[in-house]
Amino acid sequence: MTLMRTFLGAAATLALGATAALAEPAVIFDLGGKFDKSFNEAAFNGAERWATETGGKYLEIEMQSEAQREQALRRFAETGANPIITTGFAMADPVAEVAPDYPDTKFVNIDGFLPEIPPNVQMIVFEEHQGSYLVGMLAAMKSANGTVGFVGGMDIPLIRHFACGYAQGAKAVNPDISIIANMTGTTPAAWNNPVKGGELAQAQIAQGADVIYAAAGGTGVGVLQAAADADILSIGVDSNQNHLHPGKVLTSMLKRVDVAVYKSMIAGDALETGSMQVLGLADDGVGYAVDENNEALLSEEMVAAAEGAKAKIIAGELDVVSYYANDSCPVLDF
Amino acid sequence: MSKMPKWADIVLIPLINLMLAFALSALVILAIGEDPVEALILMVKGSFGSTYGWGYTLYYTTNFVFTGLAVAVAFHAALFNIGGEGQAQLGGLGVALICLYLPWPHWSLALLGAMLGAAAFGAAWAAIPAWLQAKRGSHVVITTIMFNFIAAALLNYVLVNLLRPPRAQDPSSAKFPEVTHLPTLHDILSPLGISFSKSAPANITLFLAIAACFGVWLLIWRTRFGYQLRAFGKSEPAAIYAGISPTRIIMITMLISGGLAGLMAVNNVMGEAEKLVLNATEGAGFIGIAVALMGRSHPFGVALAALLFGFLYQGGAELALWTDIPREMIVVIQALVILFTGALDNMLRMPLERVFLALRSEGK
Repeated sequence: MTLMRTFLGAAATLALGATAALAEPAVIFDLGGKFDKSFNEAAFNGAERWATETGGKYLEIEMQSEAQREQALRRFAETGANPIITTGFAMADPVAEVAPDYPDTKFVNIDGFLPEIPPNVQMIVFEEHQGSYLVGMLAAMKSANGTVGFVGGMDIPLIRHFACGYAQGAKAVNPDISIIANMTGTTPAAWNNPVKGGELAQAQIAQGADVIYAAAGGTGVGVLQAAADADILSIGVDSNQNHLHPGKVLTSMLKRVDVAVYKSMIAGDALETGSMQVLGLADDGVGYAVDENNEALLSEEMVAAAEGAKAKIIAGELDVVSYYANDSCPVLDF
Repeated sequence: MSKMPKWADIVLIPLINLMLAFALSALVILAIGEDPVEALILMVKGSFGSTYGWGYTLYYTTNFVFTGLAVAVAFHAALFNIGGEGQAQLGGLGVALICLYLPWPHWSLALLGAMLGAAAFGAAWAAIPAWLQAKRGSHVVITTIMFNFIAAALLNYVLVNLLRPPRAQDPSSAKFPEVTHLPTLHDILSPLGISFSKSAPANITLFLAIAACFGVWLLIWRTRFGYQLRAFGKSEPAAIYAGISPTRIIMITMLISGGLAGLMAVNNVMGEAEKLVLNATEGAGFIGIAVALMGRSHPFGVALAALLFGFLYQGGAELALWTDIPREMIVVIQALVILFTGALDNMLRMPLERVFLALRSEGK
C-alpha cells in the first residue's frame, strides 16, 4: 500500500533493528486474497475504516502459500507491529506458535480455534449459524421451486456450520424444501476458485435450485455470477455483496469481520487478550444485509419473519443447532 | 577447441548473466513506478543484514541445495529430472510418518530416521518414472512432471483424510513431538558465544546440505559408478559398448536424485514447520532446476546458486512485506535469472570463449 512508500526509507534502515519503536497495527490476510469481495475484504474494509478515521497507518500482507504464515507473523512481530490481526482459521496454529516468543505483542485471530489461548492472543469467532439461519429462511420464502442451493468453499467444519444453519432456517419455513449442498474443494485453493463455484451453481440450477447461498470466499463471486446469468437469486456472504448484481442477490449474510478488525485496531495496545470472543446476532456480529439493491426482493412478510426469528434467537427462545455441537447437522447430510 | 579457465566458466559467466537479469529486473521495477535501488537495498538488508535475515536465507538455501543437487546428479547422466517438487513432497510425507508414529528417544536418532524416510519416499517417487524410462523409453521429463501432479493430489488426500487431527480445520498433520525438533542455528551457535536470531528457521540440516554437496562431488568424480554415470551421460552407445548397463545407471541415478530431493523435507518439514502442511515445498523442486543449471551441475556451483536463490526468496518476501512491489515481481526476477543463466547461457558463453581464446593466443 501507499503508506509503505513513505515508510520505506525508514524501514530499510530501522526495521532490521527490530525495535518496538513503531506500534503500528498489522493485518495478515490469509489465502484467498484481500480483494475476495468477501471474508478477507471485510477485514480490509475494517482496517481501511480505521486508517481513514484515525489517519493512522497499518502494515499488511497477503499470504501466497501455506508455508509463509509463520514467517509473516514473526516479521511483523520483530518490527514491533502491534496488534497483529490475522484472518482465517489456518492462521490460528501459527499464531499460537509465534505468540509466546513475543509476549509484548498482541495477536488477534478471526475464525480460528485454539484449545489453549496464549495470554497475548485474542480469538474472535462468529455465530455464523445464526445469520445463516435467517438467510435460509429468506431463501425458502423466496424459492418458487422448493429447492435451494448452498455452495461452500473448503470442506471444513466452519463451512458445514454455515450450511447447517442455512438448512435449519430453510426447513423452518418449508419443512419439505430440498437443499442441495456442495463444497468446492478440500484445500485452501477452494477459497479462490470462482470458475468451479460457477460450475457448481449451474449444476444446482439444473437440479431446480432457484436461490443459492455461497459461503466460499472469493469462489462465491463465480456462484453469484452464475446465478445472475441464469436469472435466479443468490445470497452473498461475509461482506455485503448485494451490489455485485443489483436485483439478483437476495441478500448477504453479513459477518462483521470489518467491525472486529476495526475495534481491535482502535483498542490498539489496550486490546484485551487471552480469551475467545464470540459475536452473534445479539452483538450485530452477524446478520443479513438490506440496501437499495435488494429492497425490492424482500417483501414485508419476509423481513417480518426474519426479524421475528432474530428476536427469538437473541432472546434464547429459538435454538439454532450448531454443527460444532456434535460434528453433525440434524437436517443436512454432507 | 576453445577452453575457458574454470573460474570463468563457473563464476564469471553466471555473474555476468546475473547482472543482465538484474538490470532487466530493475527496468521492470522502474516501469511499475518503484525505485529499483531501494528495492535492491531492501532485499540485501532483508536477507543478509541481520542474523534473522541470514537465518531465513540459509533456510531457503538448504532447500535449494538439496533440490539443486537432485537435478544436477540426473543431469550428469543426461536425465532431466523435473520431478523434484513431487519427490520433495513425498519426502515430507516420509518425514511426517516417521516423526509422528515412531517413538524417538533423541532428536539425533529422529534425524537419522527422518533422513532415511525422506530419502526413501523421494527415491520411491522417482523410481517409477525411472523404471518407465529404463524399460519402456517413456521420456523422464514427461513422467516426472506428471508425477508432480500425482504427488500433489496424493498429499492433498493424505492430509485432508488421514493425517489431519480430529476437529482440526486446516489440512495439515499434527505437530511432531517435541523430541523430534531439530536444533536451529541459534541452538547450535549460542554455546559458541555467537548470538543468532532465535526465530529464524535455519537448522542443522544446513550442515547436512553441505555434506550432501561433498558427497555428490565424491560420487560423480571419485567413484567407479560416477564415472559410469558420466560416461552414460556423454554418450549412451559408447557406454553400452563399454559394458555399462543403461537400465542400471538410469535406475540408480534417478533413485539418488529422488532421494536427494526427498531429503529437502528434513529441512522444511522437520526443521521449520515441525508438521506437514499442504504445499510445504513452495516450488523449491522447480527452483532446483534453475540452481543446477546455474551451478553447471557442479556441487560447488549448486551451493552458490542455491545461496543466490535463497537470497531472492528471502529478499522477495521482504519486498512483499515492505513495498508495493507485488510478490509476483519476485517471480519475474527469478524467471529472468533462470532465462539468462539457463536458456540464454550460450549467448554470452560463445563470445566470451572467443575473447579468452584471443587473449591466450596473444599471450603466446
